[in-house]
Amino acid sequence: MAKIIVDGVEVDVPPEYTLLQAAEAAGAEIPRFCFHERLSIAGNCRMCLVEVKGAPKPVASCAWGVRDCRPGPNGEPPEVSTKSATVKKAREGVMEFLLINHPLDCPICDQGGQCDLQDQAMAYGVDTSRYHENKRAVPDKDLGPLVKTSMNRCIHCTRCIRFTTEVAGVSDLGAIWRGEDMEITSYLEKALGSELQSNVADLCPVGALTHKPEAFHYRPWELSKTDSVDVTDAVGSAIRVDSRGREVMRILPRVNEAVNEEWITDKARHIVDGLRLQRLDRPFVRENGRLRPASWQEAFGVIANRVKGADPKRIGAIAGDLAAVEEMYALKALMQSLGVKNIDARQDGTVLSPAYGRASYLFNSTIPGIEDADAILIVGSNPRIEGSLVNVRIRKRWRFAPMPIGVIGEKADLTYDYDYLGAGPETLAEILAGRHSFAEKLKGAKHPLIIVGQGALSRPDGLAVLSLAAQVAKEVGAVKDGWNGFSILHTAASRVGALDLGFVPGEGGLTARQMAAGGVDVLFNLGADEIDVAPGTFVIYQGTHGDRGAHRADVILPGATYTEKSGTYVNTEGRVQMGGRAAFPPGEAREDWAILRALSDGLGHRLPFDSLSALRQKLYAEHPHLGAVDVVSAADAASAVQVLAGLGGTPGREGFTSPVMDFYLTNPIARASGVMAECSALARGLRLEAAE
Amino acid sequence: MAVRKLAPEEIQPKSFAFSPENEVFADQQIAKYPPGRQASAVIPLLWRAQEQAGGWLPQKAIEAVAAKLDMPDIRVMEVATFYTMFNLEPVGKYFIQFCGTTPCQLRGAGDIKKVLERRIGEQNHVSADGNFSWLEVECLGACCNAPMVQINDDYYEDLTTENFEKLLDDLAAGRPVKKGPQNGRRASEPQDAIKTLTDPSLYDGSMIGTWRKRFEEEAVKTAEPAGQDKKS
Repeated sequence: MAKIIVDGVEVDVPPEYTLLQAAEAAGAEIPRFCFHERLSIAGNCRMCLVEVKGAPKPVASCAWGVRDCRPGPNGEPPEVSTKSATVKKAREGVMEFLLINHPLDCPICDQGGQCDLQDQAMAYGVDTSRYHENKRAVPDKDLGPLVKTSMNRCIHCTRCIRFTTEVAGVSDLGAIWRGEDMEITSYLEKALGSELQSNVADLCPVGALTHKPEAFHYRPWELSKTDSVDVTDAVGSAIRVDSRGREVMRILPRVNEAVNEEWITDKARHIVDGLRLQRLDRPFVRENGRLRPASWQEAFGVIANRVKGADPKRIGAIAGDLAAVEEMYALKALMQSLGVKNIDARQDGTVLSPAYGRASYLFNSTIPGIEDADAILIVGSNPRIEGSLVNVRIRKRWRFAPMPIGVIGEKADLTYDYDYLGAGPETLAEILAGRHSFAEKLKGAKHPLIIVGQGALSRPDGLAVLSLAAQVAKEVGAVKDGWNGFSILHTAASRVGALDLGFVPGEGGLTARQMAAGGVDVLFNLGADEIDVAPGTFVIYQGTHGDRGAHRADVILPGATYTEKSGTYVNTEGRVQMGGRAAFPPGEAREDWAILRALSDGLGHRLPFDSLSALRQKLYAEHPHLGAVDVVSAADAASAVQVLAGLGGTPGREGFTSPVMDFYLTNPIARASGVMAECSALARGLRLEAAE
Repeated sequence: MAVRKLAPEEIQPKSFAFSPENEVFADQQIAKYPPGRQASAVIPLLWRAQEQAGGWLPQKAIEAVAAKLDMPDIRVMEVATFYTMFNLEPVGKYFIQFCGTTPCQLRGAGDIKKVLERRIGEQNHVSADGNFSWLEVECLGACCNAPMVQINDDYYEDLTTENFEKLLDDLAAGRPVKKGPQNGRRASEPQDAIKTLTDPSLYDGSMIGTWRKRFEEEAVKTAEPAGQDKKS
């Protein structure tokens, strides 16, 4: 630890700290534009100037280490002042230079009200300009459908370049020309090709890069803010949902070091327009082959008629990928009261099941744990599109010291170097037998991590593959004291919660695929849109969008999206997280647990809770770990791996393919979104170009 | 700095590939750096690419260098646009960089510029015969021989309108020309008689240590009045 005096306050900080960090440790605030905690240090905006005793001129505190400071003549700790007159004058000078070419268009700028430059100009700006020449004019760049540019406003902090290069792993952006003519652009103005590109607009300290879909839609101070959880993948990124009145206006990332740091995917952010479009806002009943609007009572009546005459063995329930724990719990309770055993939340056919222990379906290493891994084997997964922020962590780990990474499955650009080992289960078997050179790397690692994706598990021989992967984990010592390196990467936000609840077929019950193939006469579909139900089955669809599930439905019960209800989600690590309600469901749509409660009344099996808190009380009594929000409850990985390894089985020969065919269109909300459709079309175009 | 932009698409060549000699050169340059640091060779490669493409860098050449060095295109583009020595638009067979900084101005660069404007036309435009284009640049560091221009790789110094016109005529006609000073000087030695540093005592050793003597005298002088003040 090194001692340093900041504005007369002596603090003890690690010597590798920069002056900026030391000043913050001492409680002094340092203005900055280019510096960002999660990016490399550029030191080019000069806003963070401080005075160091003994230095001839102010120094940029973001780029000056505490260990680089000279002690006083008698060995006193180095002294830094952040509030002296010299510092203020120096920063005012920097601000004046920054403002020379910055347009005075705050009233029409989308960054207005959330702009670092605006805020800092309040402290360091002057009210008049001494600059009488023409301001510089820079042509705007077309960076695709998500990032809007207004390059006159750019102050060349290069945060966007550093983000795309370092975190997103695509070298799309750069600064061409020099000096006053410097311009931020992509090569020949190509659209950005990253699934994380929107974060550059968050990083931009001025209004040069803003969110194109949201342009001119709101002012930040008009919005009410609700903390929530992203459900577009199973990572469970922390988000903030900003709404105005009944309408969700935007989604922003929230800092959660344990999950998403402070990034979110473009799908999580720009799905917003999908929340308004194609919504189911009233119940529908199919009559003579056509759906017609109906009242809730009518819809319940139709359902009650069908259910009363049906054999419980011919009734089933499937939960979709976006369902919160609460409604799945209610649905399960309802089905139990009807004596139904055919319940399943695994519409993709994955073989994971609570029967093998909780650790058999969790991302046991946890996401921050990836940073401790020193060899990674990825089986049947493309983490870049299945869990982009897991991929960001792998890349982050790979960037501080490249470790061996092996991939079995599809050969995709994952933004880091990896050894491509093979396409299918045979390669995994070779590693197990020690015939593959990568086996040595895994065995030699202290913390080997094996990530198994749904591409390997949602196929007929999935159980054999899972067992094989568990055997490899056992063989290379991936699960031991202090390290759980056997991790399942999920793609559906609801999946781990459903498995925790036991939303899987009871004894003799049918799986989702068997039910959809005609195994039941009455199917209760809770927002499962990615499964085709055979003709002849009476389908009750409870969901939010006029998507595939609604088209097939005989009765539609309009529900609430994740922004319109308070819901618990368990992410792929088993981290229990709760999202708040930011808006209300449209029209007659209701929160899902309430619909199920009302329906239970109509069926004559009233569920024993009248409010969400009563439901949660019962839920927590049955599943205590779901009450521990933001915590990953430890699961016994060793025994789970033991059980899985013991299953055995012979896997097939065909290669693994990722279940996510199109990153931008994985759920009904995204499929309703115009922005996502545009991104998807563009990404398809880029893929074709790359294939040429 | 002159305004620079990429050449319009219609004059961009459709493809670019290093010649065999330049491939060898590129591999030699890359070998200078440790494995994985091949990007360090970007400037020599761009320079050779520019030579090969006739004095300017087409877009395809930038991409070829990027591919050779396994760099993203935009990173090479950044370098190519940063350095003014890389021309992004076609230049004449003889590319004249005309120095317009103060010492040359004082020695008559204005007249040289008029010659350029009259004979070649505007800056950054290739003459109709393809032989010439010119660009005003900042100091090229040959102020002793002002005014001067750089044509392709060589300096042509001590210019007057007459000898410059002749130089351009010779170049256009393909006659051999003399590099360096055009007024008979060999380098930057005095043009006629030596006018400075003529005192022989500079060279006979008698001046050695005189600076110390002078300092000591000055020190005594300043110390005396101070001492008097103290006494009174």
